[in-house]
Amino acid sequence: MSAQIAGSAWSELGETPHVERDIVFDMIKRAVWVGPILVGIGTAIWGWKGGASTAFAMLIVVVNFLIAGLALGWAARTSPAMLLGVSLFGYLVRLGLITAGVLLVKDQAWVKLVPLGLALIVTHLGLLFWELRFVSASLAFPGLRPKPSRSASVS
Amino acid sequence: MINLLAQTGTAPGEFLDGLKGVGAGLGYGLAAIGPGIGIGLVVGNAIQAMARQPEAAGMVRTTMFLGIAFTEALALIGFVVFILIKFA
Repeated sequence: MSAQIAGSAWSELGETPHVERDIVFDMIKRAVWVGPILVGIGTAIWGWKGGASTAFAMLIVVVNFLIAGLALGWAARTSPAMLLGVSLFGYLVRLGLITAGVLLVKDQAWVKLVPLGLALIVTHLGLLFWELRFVSASLAFPGLRPKPSRSASVS
Repeated sequence: MINLLAQTGTAPGEFLDGLKGVGAGLGYGLAAIGPGIGIGLVVGNAIQAMARQPEAAGMVRTTMFLGIAFTEALALIGFVVFILIKFA
């Protein structure tokens, strides 16, 4: 009985907005803005290798967010079991992809591990906190961006 | 310990390198356990919230996605520590 209720309730979720995709595209837009600045800082401190490593780390973070957002968005509209499975195994797979990506390039001449690691953490957390600032301001809305109210636009 | 290494023909430097590898691997593995548990908790509670209140699903999923990403940051930090210990 409860499973039927949960199933009927879940079928209504298909009409919800694509919040994960919106969040990820927002973060990618911000990464495009911030990217040159971070690469410039990396280049200024560690030389051109630092800049290249920073750019590679940003690419890893953005691709990681993109895969996570699209996979979770799809799973959330499919079923609860799929959401749980995709979130946990997706975490494992993406961790493996990040590890493989870094291990593949670690011996390349253009890679410096310290800026690569630092840029991974800074970019990941920076983009998340930036997004969180915006989302926490609009948590009362189902989507990301609160639409301007009519009274606000009149005044 | 040094005597033991001398008997087995292992140089102390190699032994220390081995210990470094074990430490780095253990650190990465342990750092990945916590986020795994955390993501399970976040998603489990989000599913419960969406089942109880389907009209709030968009908000719940927004919070859930950000929660998952923040939890993953812990594993990412563990990974960075791993590559710095092992290869830097």
